Amino acid sequence: MGQYMPEEKKTANDFQWIGKSWDQVDAMAKAKGETVYADDLFLPRMLYAKMLRSPHPHARIKNIDLTKALKRRGVIAALTGRDVPIPFGILPVSQDEEALCVEKVRMIGDPVAAIAAIDEETAEAALEDIVVEYELLPSILSIEDGLKQLEELELVAPDVPADAQIHAYADSGNIHKQVALEFGDTDAGFAEADHVREELYYYEGNTHLPMEQHASVAQHGADGRVTLWSSTQTPHYVHRALAKVLEMPTSQIRVIATPVGGGFGGKTDPFQHEIVVCKLAMMTGRPVKMTLTREEVFYTHRGRHPVLMWVKAGIKSDGSITALHFRNFLDGGAYGSYGVASTFYTGALQTVTYPIANYKFEAMRVFTNKAPCGPKRGHGTPQPRFALEVLLDKFAEDLGLDPTELRLRHLMPDNSLTVNHLTVTTNGLGECLRKVTEASVFQQRRNESSPGKGLGLGCGSYLSGAGLPIYWNKMPHSGVQIKIDRGGGVTVFCGSTDIGQGSNSVLAGIVAEELGIHLQHVIVVTSDTDLTPVDLGSYSSRVTLMTGNAAIAAARPLREQILSAASEVLKIPAEELSISNGKVGQQNGSGEPVSFVDAVQWAEAKFGTLGSVGSYTPPRRGGKFKGAGVGPSPNYSYSACVAEVTCDPESGLYRVDKLWLAHDIGQAINEKLVIGQVEGSAYMGLSEAMMEEQVYRTGNSASSGGSGPAGLHKIPSMLDYKSLTSLDMPEVETILVETNDPEGPYGAKEAGQGPLLPIMPAIANAIYNAVGVRVDEVPITAEKIFQGLQDLKKGKSGRVGPKKFPSITFPEALRVEPPQ
Amino acid sequence: MKQLLTLKINGELHEVWTSTHKTLLEVLREDLKLTGTKHGCELGECGACTVLIEGEPVLACLILPVEVQESDIQTIEGLAESGSSNAELKPHPLQTAFAEQGASQCGYCSPGMLMTAKAFLDKNSKSDSKKPADRQEIRNALSGNLCRCTGYSKIIEAVEQVVEEIQNGAVHA
Repeated sequence: MGQYMPEEKKTANDFQWIGKSWDQVDAMAKAKGETVYADDLFLPRMLYAKMLRSPHPHARIKNIDLTKALKRRGVIAALTGRDVPIPFGILPVSQDEEALCVEKVRMIGDPVAAIAAIDEETAEAALEDIVVEYELLPSILSIEDGLKQLEELELVAPDVPADAQIHAYADSGNIHKQVALEFGDTDAGFAEADHVREELYYYEGNTHLPMEQHASVAQHGADGRVTLWSSTQTPHYVHRALAKVLEMPTSQIRVIATPVGGGFGGKTDPFQHEIVVCKLAMMTGRPVKMTLTREEVFYTHRGRHPVLMWVKAGIKSDGSITALHFRNFLDGGAYGSYGVASTFYTGALQTVTYPIANYKFEAMRVFTNKAPCGPKRGHGTPQPRFALEVLLDKFAEDLGLDPTELRLRHLMPDNSLTVNHLTVTTNGLGECLRKVTEASVFQQRRNESSPGKGLGLGCGSYLSGAGLPIYWNKMPHSGVQIKIDRGGGVTVFCGSTDIGQGSNSVLAGIVAEELGIHLQHVIVVTSDTDLTPVDLGSYSSRVTLMTGNAAIAAARPLREQILSAASEVLKIPAEELSISNGKVGQQNGSGEPVSFVDAVQWAEAKFGTLGSVGSYTPPRRGGKFKGAGVGPSPNYSYSACVAEVTCDPESGLYRVDKLWLAHDIGQAINEKLVIGQVEGSAYMGLSEAMMEEQVYRTGNSASSGGSGPAGLHKIPSMLDYKSLTSLDMPEVETILVETNDPEGPYGAKEAGQGPLLPIMPAIANAIYNAVGVRVDEVPITAEKIFQGLQDLKKGKSGRVGPKKFPSITFPEALRVEPPQ
Repeated sequence: MKQLLTLKINGELHEVWTSTHKTLLEVLREDLKLTGTKHGCELGECGACTVLIEGEPVLACLILPVEVQESDIQTIEGLAESGSSNAELKPHPLQTAFAEQGASQCGYCSPGMLMTAKAFLDKNSKSDSKKPADRQEIRNALSGNLCRCTGYSKIIEAVEQVVEEIQNGAVHA
């Protein structure tokens, strides 16, 4: 049975479920508060664990004394890094994390010891009994510091050369990863251009802020097996990490992803607390739970990388881009996480929207003594997309063109290859652009000069799943198994993980569609490594496309078996039969249909127990150069946004009046869920455009932001870390565009990340349209606009943004010929 | 120090022998296993732990149970009952509206959001003004409950749906 083949795709428009709106399969459970999240689990004899975290940004651990803690009444076990020393990490190339730090701590909040006690309060109190001796090391807190050569950084202990180096495995000094690629000949491209712009942009880091704090519960059974329940988006990768660190075969470990109370990429790595609870459960023979505090969630992070960008672009008078050159510095924080991929993603997808004749991309990710950055919704793409879309707005003005027109003239055609060898199957950006600008009356209204009113446009594109898995293998990315009960109940097993995006509902809807039955007869069992076939997880917007295709592949053979058995009983050729609305009958409508249940029983009598599997592996695509693994995807979604703002030309205070957001979804599987994803992306994009910042103290003085040492998070609380409330969120008009892509299930593309991308540049462009201030930086705050307004009053440019760029030599770029 | 607390939750009396300094949130979740009430910060910032005390929305993470021993406490587990009028337990109209509108994505903020919305609807239906609540009033009422998934619009639309249903007499608050 089935490996998914694209040509098997159903093209009929008369779907029972696909493209319609139905309630999430667990909608009522969520509304009743019955959904069991990780912290809602209470097991008999359960212990509670807490971790002691470093108060220093960078220090060597000289000694950890647990004696006093272990004597405290109610403390059952204690742990240090020496008990679980094997390093781990999400990417094979950066196995740089430890369950508890062994030799040194690399950020404030790095855990060094853990306690299991009869209750959380006792565990917390016992942390204060632990005595840790640290030897302080120089700390690196900015991109600029990180780029300094190690010799310059030997401030504290010049006799130990590696002191200022956060990780010895870095490409060089504290440069974790450097990339330099050139597609075509950018020098020649710039020579051909009629206009060249060279600019700096900065995008501040921000975090996922999921409502649910991370939580994990582990149990060590009498059979020697460990079970972990955890709020994770990637149970399969956690399974592998646990096996490595605990030195156990995966067959002895079961990982169950509990319903995730908000992920957005923040629960995509294997985490320290997940390993620690397993180890403590093994040591004590009792279940152990750990729930992070909100402050700990801020330090666990893996959020948006701060990125400083230098961009040079050349265009002809018709607006075609002859050359584009990005130079990006990423502030990575203390660990690798997905950082190598994030670094490549700050360069990979700029080419997917508009043809770029020659493209050069250089980037460096720098280690700093701060919480590790990683994948947040849009992963590495929002930062350069912001720069590119603002840049295009400026070019449109240079050329005297409407920004819509400039983009519409130059769209990547269907079935084309980008300069960096990515395959564009279908591109709905043109329709997205036409629809949002029409709905918002963009062209006309943006030229009206109502004071303080402004309209701005932004576009974006995102992948529907990464073409390659995180660790090298040739196996499927998603597997689905289906069994059918004699009473007609259909159980679907899949490793995919519902993080609120509705992947369980998509799975159920597709199987119901294929088998022609009502959704209520489909039971979904997901994200349990004992029960479900591997799916790589809820990241890179891969689930609808990949599990969707795997589900189709699993369901079709079962449908054929059912039709074949019915054909035999009814004496009608199977090709003339179909299943719909729970009945098996003739396609031409003649004769009396039989029930799905009868047909299922005939099939079981004929074929034996009914079950099938299906899997999906993305097509092998992309170039043949080093680094070509990041960027390829079965298809790309496209989005366009128009933002309307009202900005006070005196103070710079502004509000967003409305967003029009069009998204090329290929084909909606469940329209209600797609709209939910689009609106959620609009919200998250707008929140980071306007206010979100994950920022740290940079020095010990009061002037570096509040009290406490350098490297301390300035605002680790939900009150101080600002996000939009129900009062701030404007109306969003969502427009779905369908391109019926040949790669997606029924033509579908992703919806969870792409629609976020155009929001930030649309806001920046709208502010410029309103008050003439260019904020080349995210977040776009009133304070920055005010600065720009003051600048304008002095007769200057009114631009606010980075002014300095580190002068550092990148390695020579790997030259890649563009596709012919 | 521990003490015996008597709490009236969703109409049931519970006697709990627990530490005096535990918050209502902790007692609900840990002692009584009423885990429908969620937590996002335990510092009174996110609204996820909202419960009703005498019909008023309060943050359970900021309340000591000893303060509310005499009061009617309502949690998400008691919402369905309060909306039903016959023997078969029906979801509260707000729960139905949340499910229909897609107001829950990850669902983690939903219990707190629903309790806040319930207090708002009750207050609104009791007010002398015959004017149904408008969107801005709903936004105001929900502004202390954070949601990271939905962008709030479906939540607001779900509450609006129930406001209209009450107005039409289709349901009672």
